Amino acid sequence: MFDLFISPFQEFEFMRRALVGGMALALSGAPVGVFLVLRRMSLTGDAMAHAILPGAALGYLFAGLSLGAMTAGGFAAGLLVAVASGAVARATSLREDASLAAFYLVSLALGVTIVSLKGTSIDLLHVLFGNVLALDDATLILLASIASLTMLGLAALYRSLVIETVDPNFLASVSRAGGPTQIAFLILVVMNLVAGFQALGTLLAVGLMMLPAASARLWANDVPGMIAVGAGVGAASVYVGLVASFASGAPSGPVIILVAGGFYAVSVIFGRAGGLARQMRPRQHLEA
Amino acid sequence: MTAVLRLQNLTLGYDRHPAVHHIGGEVEAGDLLAICGPNGAGKSTLLKGIAGALKPLGGSIERVACAARDIAYLPQAAEIDRTFPVNVFDMVSMGFWRQAGLFGGIGTGRKRKVMDAIHAVGLDGLEDRAIGTLSGGQLQRMLFARIMVQDSAVILLDEPLTALDTRTADDLVSIVERWQAQGRTVIAVLHDMDLVRRVFPKTLLLARELVAWGATFDVLSPSNLQRAREMVEAFDRNAEDCMRAA
Repeated sequence: MFDLFISPFQEFEFMRRALVGGMALALSGAPVGVFLVLRRMSLTGDAMAHAILPGAALGYLFAGLSLGAMTAGGFAAGLLVAVASGAVARATSLREDASLAAFYLVSLALGVTIVSLKGTSIDLLHVLFGNVLALDDATLILLASIASLTMLGLAALYRSLVIETVDPNFLASVSRAGGPTQIAFLILVVMNLVAGFQALGTLLAVGLMMLPAASARLWANDVPGMIAVGAGVGAASVYVGLVASFASGAPSGPVIILVAGGFYAVSVIFGRAGGLARQMRPRQHLEA
Repeated sequence: MTAVLRLQNLTLGYDRHPAVHHIGGEVEAGDLLAICGPNGAGKSTLLKGIAGALKPLGGSIERVACAARDIAYLPQAAEIDRTFPVNVFDMVSMGFWRQAGLFGGIGTGRKRKVMDAIHAVGLDGLEDRAIGTLSGGQLQRMLFARIMVQDSAVILLDEPLTALDTRTADDLVSIVERWQAQGRTVIAVLHDMDLVRRVFPKTLLLARELVAWGATFDVLSPSNLQRAREMVEAFDRNAEDCMRAA
């Protein structure tokens, strides 16, 4: 038991780093994911994760595998696509989902092209799938900063974000906070995707956001409960995933997401708030 | 009496097409005013304009007593995401937004006000229920409770009694009467003419243009109602610029 669950972290620094970085991602990703789920933007998160690729690739083109350049590029590209697809949706007859799909497909193709032209296929793998086992000091500090900023930001936005999601017309009738709230939330989403990109790569960056949040919806019937369950599921996925990948030799990023997927499957079946088991075997109805 | 709202030659609409055309008049403090008219007469548009959710195409709305955001506005079929996990108590507490904003606390005093409002609309014991589990009538009662918490001097209700049973409708009407007794101004879009005659002293009859505005008994005359039906013509895609003097 000890050999399996504790000693990898005791013996290897890269495992400890992976654990700390992954925990930071899980703790800030979960609440962001919860609001994405509640706002029916689950797939928006996925599309935007692909959209950060060309920015990161441009950073890579000019500076190699440099943390600063790729982060700044990815962040800029993510925001640009979010704003541009929103603008196209407002200005033309295309709906938001169609214009977002167009933007992210082009972004993904562009990003892969840029990385392939300049770098090796190892670099491409790194960009697509990240490497949670190679987090250096600077990256860890970046992940921790983004996690802290996300929590502070969500705490500040919480009330207007909840009202904007449940009853946007009401918020608009009493305050001007609606628009700025949406924009601030998008910035938080992109920030967390950029963080996830470092550890899990562009394809799986949303994994630690969406899977724990979707699982949480099946257990909790209020927002604080969902955030707590989501953070717990995310953190557990990181730990179990790292242990499993260490023991099996499988790549750690995908294994972490697979573990989160396992939690999701369990939630779908056994979740107390709308899981399948509850619906298949309903308890006796009440008197009133 | 003092005016709380002055409408001057007001035109409201969408894409330059007027839905409410050149209407004028004053709403006085403490008025209990019904807005009546056929479908497509511009009733909801007028409320939207008064609430500040729609900019006038022409003319002006002067809000004498309060800013647009201090007006409590209940839209027709409020677009509420009923799958969102939030309970009745928290929904009603949203009425404190103007006072509490993003960070203000909901302390003991405010909590008591929320519970009082929930009691007043007859939802005792449901404060912890998720909004997704409420019936249509209960949801409307909850929204009335939120308006109580908003504590506004001017209240706009867009077809607040549609699809409600008589008991719920009666309860909500008596809440509206209580608001008037407290000196608030209430403007409601309604289709039930009997109810309007019974409860609302004043009526504004609208058919894109103003048909009549004044004491309910005079306004809801057979000839006025007939005129209103005839005046709601179809929207004209090729309409010319309106040349009526501003």
